[in-house]
Amino acid sequence: MPDAPESADATDDAADDGIEAGVDRPGGSGLGAAAGAESPGAPDRVAMRVWRGDPGGGEFAEYELAAQDGEVVLDVIHRLQATDAPDLACRWNCKAGKCGSCSAEINGRPRLMCMTRMDELPEGPVTVAPMRTFPIIKDLVTDVSFNYEVAKTVPAFSPVPEPPDGYRMQQVDIERGQEFRKCIECFLCQDVCHVIRDHEENKPRYAGPRFFIRFAELEMHPLDTNDRRELVRQKGGLGMCNITKCCTEVCPEHIKITDNAIIPMKERVVDAAYDPIGWLGRTIMRRHKRSAEEAAAGGQ
Amino acid sequence: MSEYESHQYDIIVIGAGGAGLRAAIEAQGRGLRTALICKSLFGKAHTVMAEGGVAAAMGNVYPEDNWKVHFRDTMRGGKLLNNWRMAQLHAQEAPDRVHELEAWGALFDRTNDGRITQRDFGGHRYARLAHVGDRTGLEMIRTLQQKAVSMDIDVFMECKILRLLPDAQGRISGAVGYWRATGEFVTFTAKAFVLATGGIGKSWMYTSNSWESTGDGHAMAIWAGADVIEMESVQFHPTGMVWPLSVRGLLVTEGVRGDGGVLRNSEGTRFMFNYVAPMFRAETAETEEEADRWYDDHANNRRTPALLPRDEVARAINAEVKAGRGSPHGGVFLDIASRRSAEYIRRRLPSMYTQFKELAGVDITATPMEVGPTCHYMMGGVRVDADTEAATVPGLFAAGEVAGGMHGANRLGGNSLSDLLVFGRRAGIGAADYAEGRTGDPEVDGAEIEAIVAEALAPLGRNGGESPYDLHRDLQETMQTLVGIIRTGPELEEALEKLGVLRERSENLTVTGGRVYNPAWNLATDLPSMLTVSTAVAQGALARKESRGGHTREDFPAADPELGKVNFVQRQTDDRGPDAPIIVSPEPLPEMPAELRQLLEEGQ
Ligand SMILES: Cc1cc2nc3c(=O)[nH]c(=O)nc-3n(C[C@H](O)[C@H](O)[C@H](O)COP(=O)(O)OP(=O)(O)OC[C@H]3O[C@@H](n4cnc5c(N)ncnc54)[C@H](O)[C@@H]3O)c2cc1C
Ligand code: SF4
Ligand code: SF4
Ligand code: FES
Repeated sequence: MPDAPESADATDDAADDGIEAGVDRPGGSGLGAAAGAESPGAPDRVAMRVWRGDPGGGEFAEYELAAQDGEVVLDVIHRLQATDAPDLACRWNCKAGKCGSCSAEINGRPRLMCMTRMDELPEGPVTVAPMRTFPIIKDLVTDVSFNYEVAKTVPAFSPVPEPPDGYRMQQVDIERGQEFRKCIECFLCQDVCHVIRDHEENKPRYAGPRFFIRFAELEMHPLDTNDRRELVRQKGGLGMCNITKCCTEVCPEHIKITDNAIIPMKERVVDAAYDPIGWLGRTIMRRHKRSAEEAAAGGQ
Repeated sequence: MSEYESHQYDIIVIGAGGAGLRAAIEAQGRGLRTALICKSLFGKAHTVMAEGGVAAAMGNVYPEDNWKVHFRDTMRGGKLLNNWRMAQLHAQEAPDRVHELEAWGALFDRTNDGRITQRDFGGHRYARLAHVGDRTGLEMIRTLQQKAVSMDIDVFMECKILRLLPDAQGRISGAVGYWRATGEFVTFTAKAFVLATGGIGKSWMYTSNSWESTGDGHAMAIWAGADVIEMESVQFHPTGMVWPLSVRGLLVTEGVRGDGGVLRNSEGTRFMFNYVAPMFRAETAETEEEADRWYDDHANNRRTPALLPRDEVARAINAEVKAGRGSPHGGVFLDIASRRSAEYIRRRLPSMYTQFKELAGVDITATPMEVGPTCHYMMGGVRVDADTEAATVPGLFAAGEVAGGMHGANRLGGNSLSDLLVFGRRAGIGAADYAEGRTGDPEVDGAEIEAIVAEALAPLGRNGGESPYDLHRDLQETMQTLVGIIRTGPELEEALEKLGVLRERSENLTVTGGRVYNPAWNLATDLPSMLTVSTAVAQGALARKESRGGHTREDFPAADPELGKVNFVQRQTDDRGPDAPIIVSPEPLPEMPAELRQLLEEGQ
């Protein structure tokens, strides 16, 4: 990707270092740039450094505007659009952390702009950059079509036939699936995952954390009959994930991507012949599932 | 057909919210080549924001529930202005549509015996809303999205449609739009078009709606010569956030009240007991004790007035604030903290908990919320045939929030998500039937395309005009202050005058920067829809000289039985487009069969 915004470095390095780094540093320690810039002026002003550019390149533009009570980063971006920067591109829809449109890297950390309060960020200019893992379209907007392409490769939900009085499922059996279905497809986990961040060449053979939870959700669905384990191992590249947990750290829905989806999936896909423990785990975990034939044969 | 990128399908569905997705699934399932078009990324449509649930008389919690009760609740909630046939189909088919989602992978919250559980909501006699915590819309859109992907439906995302095009015989046959990512124009031809473009809230200052809700579908239908009805019926949801200012209008789900929350004024009084309209007196609790018992025992107690239909609650809040009994930031208090355990609140209302915690710094398990009315939902819209969702021009269909009739003068909570499923599916069938019966390839006039493109590009070539953001802000202010929750004749006339001026100003918009993902230009192309739709709302509101449902006239505070028998229909006749006048005329509602009328009277 040409000329990706530099501000993303903090997170990037962190991801490489391992577990928690890079995500609990709202100040973006690697982002000396922000701290080095001019002081924000009176406390009733806010200073912003917003990446402006296109696939050909770009740079951070600096803005200063009046502070307003209770604002989130997206509010400030909107005020910039209405004043200094009418063509500043960003995505948003719900402004309530529900749609996953407004993903960006704020002070180097992948976050939702609509759920990041200005007053929780450290003093000094606030840096807003686009997600680095995806190609730039313009300013804060990136081309996230990679994710939609991966989605097409996930074999569909395929339930057992419906019994005459409807499906029955116990709440406890669907709770894990419901956790994964909280995903708002903000793609922040995809953005932070070092396997594809700065490794374009891995994209064709890596589904990424968002889709590992999708696979896991289907695997754990009490009514589903498909078996996607080989697929997630081979084409999904599950083996390339080295459980750094960076994805979990940035997930705005607090989905425990690594512990609850990736690790159990890894256990399930190990080849039974070489790994009896994995095989045992798999047998146990699949006991809720019946194949379509079993279900049909079983009367209802 | 022209120099632009072009695509041909059997059926084009404009809008990828619940209604559009459901329509496309049906049409593609019939073996017709179908495409979905949406302004945002796929999966981000407004439907994703729906919180409380989807209404369907499945009877899982209260076996005494059935479609007849649901029908009755819907009609009464709509102040009998609903299209009775739509209300009937909706009540009858909603349970199947919800079960179908389950077969497509949705995971609704369960009852103890493993079925889909249901929650209480305003205006519904029984606990009727299937839900997933307070993120039901997300579950619904994801389920439908995944189903659509599995069926290989083509999706054109971040593509904005500007206008529909007829063929020489007047059948809708094409559409022109542009890609937001490149600003390049694109044309579509198809044998049938389904509008599923959602709502219009973005013309008001305080709204629960996203930037997409600019009424494009309503406007495109009007410009294509289709009838729209009930444009005066705009729903102001009683509970939007009021503080901080930057989130003013953001929705607080009715599920808070469904799960035990109550409204209090600054004196701590549960004021809803003082606002029970005669129509609801017989079925509403008179004391706090009875209201509180009702949550656990619907059979022996009457329902809490906190869950009266939305129009009633919104007006009550408005009156309390006016009387000086409001909260510090101009709302009232919504209190669940003192009534339910913190654990219960966090489990039942997780996203409300986060929303307040993160955006307002308020812990709703400890402190009451401050809430006030917010522009939320458009009851009015494209006039359709109840069974097929066909609009009044051939080749055009409409479903979801863009269609009118189903909800009458006021929509009950939860009845929108079910509406999307029931009528999305029917629109898919209607469009498929029409497309199969249509002969010849759809053809449109190239000159018309050029004119639309030129109009869209005009602000980019103009210097020294005004900013679309300024015009939008002035429009929002006009609609908020003059066409808000309480209306008067003189104010509506003033609004129409101002809208005329805004329309003139819109001829002089200037946009800087290029066409590539330029939000200023995108807004400039949304403004014609907003102006047309706002004008229709104000005209309808002026015409309906009574108060009914979401439409309240201070100068005509009572309902007029004669006006309860008509729809105000609006259309453009010979002259069409953003500049052409829209004619308003009252037309009688469809006649309801006696056996259904009977249902309405039962249990009163
Ligand atoms: C915060 C909130 C909570 C809600 N909660 C509930 C609830 O609990 N229960 C309930 O029943 N209802 C609820 N509603 C109402 C309900 O969510 C909406 O009415 C419903 O989702 C509308 O769905 P739709 O399919 O008609 O349109 P939408 O979901 O609004 O989708 C519209 C689609 O049209 C596309 N579009 C629009 N214009 C164009 C154009 N010009 N070109 C191309 N594409 C276009 C958009 O991109 C989008 O894909 C809620 C609404 C809000 C705002
Ligand atoms: S998917 Fe694996 S490698 Fe990627 S961020 Fe998550 S845990 Fe780390
Ligand atoms: S799993 Fe979390 S971070 Fe990843 S896309 Fe979903 S919501 Fe976003
Ligand atoms: S705008 Fe929807 S998540 Fe931020």
